[in-house]
Parts: sequence; C-alpha cells; structure tokens
Amino acid sequence: MQTLIDAFAEALRLIIALDPALIEIALRSLQVTTIALAISTLTGVPIGAWLALAHFPGKRLMTVFVYTGMGLPPVVVGLVVFLFLSRSGPLGDLGWLFTVPAMIIAQVIIATPLVVGVTMGSVAGVDPALRPQLRSLGATPWQVTWAQLYEARFGVIVGIVAGFGSIISEVGAVILVGGNIDGRTRVLTTAIVLETRQGNFDLALALGIILLSISFVANALLVGLQAQGRPVV
Amino acid sequence: MSHSVYTLHAVQQRYGNRTTLNIGSLAVQQGEVLALVGPSGAGKSTLLRLLALLETPSSGDIGLCLDGQRLATHAAPVEQRRQVTMVFQHPFLLSRTVYQNIVYGLNIRGKADKSAVTRMLERVSLTHLAYTHAKKLSGGEMQRVAVARALVTEPRVLLLDEPTANLDPYNVRLIEDLICEQNKQFGTTIVIVTHNIFQAQRLAHRVGLLLDGHLIEIAPTEAFFNAPQDPRTQKFISGDLIY
Repeated sequence: MQTLIDAFAEALRLIIALDPALIEIALRSLQVTTIALAISTLTGVPIGAWLALAHFPGKRLMTVFVYTGMGLPPVVVGLVVFLFLSRSGPLGDLGWLFTVPAMIIAQVIIATPLVVGVTMGSVAGVDPALRPQLRSLGATPWQVTWAQLYEARFGVIVGIVAGFGSIISEVGAVILVGGNIDGRTRVLTTAIVLETRQGNFDLALALGIILLSISFVANALLVGLQAQGRPVV
Repeated sequence: MSHSVYTLHAVQQRYGNRTTLNIGSLAVQQGEVLALVGPSGAGKSTLLRLLALLETPSSGDIGLCLDGQRLATHAAPVEQRRQVTMVFQHPFLLSRTVYQNIVYGLNIRGKADKSAVTRMLERVSLTHLAYTHAKKLSGGEMQRVAVARALVTEPRVLLLDEPTANLDPYNVRLIEDLICEQNKQFGTTIVIVTHNIFQAQRLAHRVGLLLDGHLIEIAPTEAFFNAPQDPRTQKFISGDLIY
C-alpha cells in the first residue's frame, strides 16, 4: 500500500515538475496516436458510409471482414507489420522498422476497422426516408450522402472514440514495430511496461496517470463535439 | 394560356411481377391543383414519386415541361429537378433546428436567404420555434416545417402526399390555406394525394380517382363530385366502394 502511495506522490511530482523525459514520451504518444487516428478517420468514415449505402455483390462478406477487423489482436497486427517492414520483408527497403511511421501504420490497421464498422452501422441506421425526401428538395446524390453522414454524426464520433481508445492504450503492436527505443520510439504504454519491469513503479504509475489524463481529455473533447446539436430534452 | 407541366403516356410501374401503376394518359396543367384520390394501395403515392422524379417508370413516358422545353423526367437536369419538390406524409426532418431545416433547400442551391426563411416561418406560424430542435416538435409542427422547407425553394411544381393525414383541424386548415395561397399567389402547380374527399373538394381544380393502379376518372372538381361518369367513382364518393 505504501508503495502505491509513494508512487502516486512521485507521479504527481513528475507531472508538476514537467519532467522533460516524461513530456517527450507523452508528446510522442500523442503524435503517433493523433496521426494514426486522423488517417483512420479520413479513410474509415468514407469507407464506412460507402459500405452502408452502396449495394454490390459481396457486401455481406466485406461486412464480415470489417467486423472481424474490429477485433484484431494488436500483437498480431504488430507481427504482420513487423514482417512486412523487416529487412527481408516486402517493404524492408523503406527502412521504417523501429521508427514512428511503423508505429503509425500498426495503429492505423488497428483503428480503421473500428471507425469503418461503427460508421457503417450508424449511417445504415439513419431513417431510409431521408434519402427520397432530400432528393425531392433538390439535393444531389452527394448532398444527400453528406446529410446522411451528418445525421449519423453521433455514431461516427463513437467510432472515432473507439478507434482512439484502441490505439492510445495499445502496447503489443507498437512495442513490436517500434522497439521501445529511448528518445526515438518510446511511447507511454511501452515506457510503462519497461519501468514496471525495472521496478520503477512510481515512474510507471506517473506515465499511467498521464495516459489516462490524455485519454480523458480527448474523450471529453469528442463527447463535447457529439453533444453539439443534440436536442436538449 | 396554360400548358401541360406533365404529360404521361402508357406509364407502367412494376415492382417485381406486380404492376403498381398503369396509366394510359394524363396531363397536369400549369397552375392547377390536381387532387388524386383513391383507396390505399391504388398507386397514388407511386404516381407522385414518379412525378417527383424519384423513380423512373418501368415503361412508358413521362414528360416534364417547365421552360417551354419538354424533357423526359429521367433526363431532367438538376436545375429542372429543383423546380419540383415533394412533401411526404411522414416528413423526415434533419436533426437540426427548425430554421436549419427550412434553409436546407436554399443552402444546397447555394442561395441561403435569411429573409426568405424568416418570411416562411411567419407564413407557417413557426417564428417562435425557429431555433427549436426539429425532433422536439409535434406532428403538426413537423408537417408545417416540411411544407415550409418545400415552399421556401419557390418550386414551380409542388407534390403533396397526404400532407394533413392524422393532423388536428387547426394544422389541417393552416396547411390547406398555405396550399391555396401558394397556388393563387405564385401560380404553383400542385398535385395532392389525399384520402380525404372533402379536402380534395376544398382544394382542387380537378380530381382524379385511382383504383388498382388505373386512372378511373379525372374531371373538374364539381363534375367529379356531382356528375361522376364512372360507377366506381360514384361508389367511391358515396363510401360504398368495397375494396
């Protein structure tokens, strides 16, 4: 119990002192996750909307793939990305293994199916009466699609929140492809693993508190965005 | 002199093996109010969706003539399509405020005109609810928003699918007054589908009866109700039509 209290005290001290090592790791975590989430959102939302609205042979199979992707084990994603980027892999020439881009790729692969799947469900759940009614008001097919996406915005934001949650706290993939290199690829989750293994519980806990705080603030922002435009009942 | 806004020739609409609509010929005159009556499943709404350019007929031809040039409806460019608007029986309002719902049609045309929306809010007596979220409105208020968002675009043709079904007498009268005003003041061509023969009598210049997808009879309102030519029309008016 005393260890835990000491760890909390140390964590607070490090945070208040704005420990440079801590800040660097936190910023790298934010950088990797923000870029990965932006890519996942920019690709996942249109794909999810398209899957919800389009009719084509094999749509059901595609949906099964997306839902399977929503439960991808991060460590398996890390392994596959590792094999692709390793020196003998098909993308080995890029020299990205144990770099930030490799970590971003792994996180994009983890988050995108979540964004796609939840967006797909939300857009498909919009009342089908919307389409003919907006068409009859003179909206072009693109304008109708945009309106459908806007109607589904609460669900789409849930998808982005889910994607964010899955990658900010993820450790298996980033440790495999990033290597947890000090000053280069060390992020909050990999640093927590390292510090715990070395018995530095106070530092590990401080990192954990920062990780939770980032997650809390990011989710609060997304929930705030979600609440905008909702009727006050 | 008025011309035909719509001309229909041998129009059929089929869904699978079922023929929902089979109209030999029909012309809708510019500036008229045409009411389509008939029992449920007669094909009234199908016909309205075809006129609204939301569907293309399985066979036959529907011509739309708004600027002196007759176009097949499926080939109508977006500028022509935007002169035809439709109000549905169950309006779907966007998850936004009343004001934002009404301005939608103007926004997509790239000409958001605040004063036009303000005037329209006054016409439908919804000024006090302008910034209320649409999902909080009553059924009558929602339908008034639906009518307002259609009218604010200043359509040349207004199609109404049971616009007052299940509404209280106040809202019925308000919407009927709007329809009359729109036709008289702006010369808007109006096609209204209604179950209510009294409403058809109140609003329409001509009335047509649809049964089983066929246009049984179409005539000026007075002649339709006072001297129907087809025995089925007589039975429908008197409420004796067994369907």
